[in-house]
Amino acid sequence: MITITDLQKSYPPRNGRGTTVEALKGIDLTVADGEIFGVVGQSGAGKSTLLRCVNLLERPTSGTITVAGQDLTTLGEAELRAARHGIGMVFQHFNLLASRTVAENVEFGLEITGVPKAARRARSAEVLDLVGLADRASAYPSQLSGGQKQRVGIARALAGNPKVLLSDEATSSLDPETTLSILELLKDLNHQLGVTIMLITHEMEVVKRICTSAALIEGGRIVESGNVIDLLNTPKSKIAHALFPLGESRGAPGNTVVEIMFAGHLADEPIVGRMSREYGIDVNILGAAVEIVSDHRVGRMRLELPGSLDSNERPIEQLRASGLYVEVLEATR
Amino acid sequence: MNVNWVTMVPILTKALGETFQMIGIALAFTIVFGLLVGVLLVSTDEGGVYESPFGSRRLGSIIHSVLGFIVNIGRSLPFIILMVVLIPFTRLIIGTFIGPTAAAVPLTIAAIPFFARLVEIALREVDQGLIEAARSMGARRGTIIWKVLLAEARPSIVLALSTSVISLLNYSAIAGTIGAGGIGDIAIRYGYQRYDNAYLFTTIVILIVIVQVVQLVASAVARTLSRR
Repeated sequence: MITITDLQKSYPPRNGRGTTVEALKGIDLTVADGEIFGVVGQSGAGKSTLLRCVNLLERPTSGTITVAGQDLTTLGEAELRAARHGIGMVFQHFNLLASRTVAENVEFGLEITGVPKAARRARSAEVLDLVGLADRASAYPSQLSGGQKQRVGIARALAGNPKVLLSDEATSSLDPETTLSILELLKDLNHQLGVTIMLITHEMEVVKRICTSAALIEGGRIVESGNVIDLLNTPKSKIAHALFPLGESRGAPGNTVVEIMFAGHLADEPIVGRMSREYGIDVNILGAAVEIVSDHRVGRMRLELPGSLDSNERPIEQLRASGLYVEVLEATR
Repeated sequence: MNVNWVTMVPILTKALGETFQMIGIALAFTIVFGLLVGVLLVSTDEGGVYESPFGSRRLGSIIHSVLGFIVNIGRSLPFIILMVVLIPFTRLIIGTFIGPTAAAVPLTIAAIPFFARLVEIALREVDQGLIEAARSMGARRGTIIWKVLLAEARPSIVLALSTSVISLLNYSAIAGTIGAGGIGDIAIRYGYQRYDNAYLFTTIVILIVIVQVVQLVASAVARTLSRR
C-alpha cells in the first residue's frame, strides 16, 4: 500500500547560516495492505518528517513514495491534491476548526472534494456513528474532551473513504485510559474498513497494543523493521527489548542467565515448570513480562539457572528445540 | 450656558450624517482592501500558502516586502499630513477635496494599512496545524484562505474592524478641519472657534456614545463568532 524508496530529506541552512540538516538519510519502507504499521523513535529521530513525506506535506529531497500504486513524488499540484483525498491524516493536537461544529468539521474534507451538501450530511452522520460520537454532531470542538476531539479527527480523516490513514502521534496528548480507547478504535476501524494505518509514536505501548508491524527510526535511518511477532523473536531486537523491559537484575556469580522469548501457543505452555521438573534444576525468574501483542500472547523472561553454561547445556537445548528463542546473557564455562 | 436646541439639533444631525457618510464609504473600501492586503502579507510570508507564487519564492518575498513597506509608509504619516498630501489625488478622482465624499479618500488610504496590519495579526494567530490539516485533505490555497484562515480569524477580525471604525471616527474629526464637514467640524467651528461650549460638549457626548456602541456591538459579535 505504501512503498518508500531511498527517501532523503534535508533542510538547507536558513538565511545562509548554519549547516544543512539531514532529517532522513535514505529510508526504505513497505507498508502492506491492511496493516497497522508503527514507526517508533525518539523526538528528533525523523519520524514526524517521515510521516509528513508520505502525503508530501513535506517534499522529499530525493527518493520515491508510492501510495496505492501511485508515485506521489512525480505528481503535479492538482494530481497531488486528488491523491491526498485517498490519504486520511490524524494529528496529535487534533487540528479541528474551532469555528465549525463537529459535523461541519467532518464534512470539511468532503467540501473540498465537492460532495453535495445532502451527501455530506449523510456521510458525516455515518462516520460519527462509527467513532461513537453521533450524539455530539452539533457540538463545537471546545465543548469536547481530548478523546472526543480525536474521535472527530479520526471521523474527519475517514469521511472520504481513504485507503490509508496516517496518524501523527494521535494519542500522545491523551491520558492513558483515553489512549487505550483511541487505540482500540483505530484497531476496530482497521478490521472493519480494512484501512491501512501508518502511525508514528514515541510510545511503545502503541506498538504493543495495535501494530502488526513496526520500524525503529534513529538519526534519520530505519534501524529495524518488520512484523512485530517476528521482531520479538529476533536476537538483540531493540524493539523487542523496548516492548518488554525486564529491568537490570543480575544473577549470582557462577550461575547462568538466559533470556527467552516466546510467542503464540508457546506462551500457553508451562515451559519453565517442565524444565525445572525434567532436569531437576531450581530455576530463578529474574524478570518476566507477558503481553498481548497484536492479538498474540507473547512474552520475555529472564531466567537464572544454577551452575555454569556447560552444566545447563541440555535444558537450554531443550528450550530451543521447543521453538523458543534463547539468548545467553551471563555464563561461566 | 445658553443652549439653543432649535438651531443646534439640525446642525448636529446634518454633521452626523456627513460623519457616517465619510466613515461608511471609507469603511467599505477598507474592509475589502484591508482584508486583501492582510491576507497577502500573511500568505506571501515564509511558510504562507502563497510563499512561492508561480513557483517563485523570490516573487513571494518581493510582494511581501513591497506590501510591508507601503503599509508602513501609510502608517507612519500623521493623518493631517496624509490628507494634505493626498489633496491632488482626491481632486483627481472626486473632482474636489471638500465635503464628506472627498474626505473618504484620505480616510480610506489611512485606514487600509491600519486595518491590514490588524488583519495580519489576526491571521497569524490561526494555528498552523489547521492549515496543515487542510493541506492533508487536499485543499486548494483559496479554500485554505477562505475556510481556514479567514473563517477561524473571524472573531479577531471583527474586533480589528471595530478598532478601525473608531480610528476612522478620530480621523474624520481631523478631516473636518479642512472642509470635510461632519461632527468634528462642528466641534472645532462652533465649540472651539466660537467658544460655544454647548456644541463642544454635545459633540463629545455623541462621539463617546458612538465609540461605546461600536465597541459593544463588535464585542458581542466576536463573542458569538468565537467558539473557543
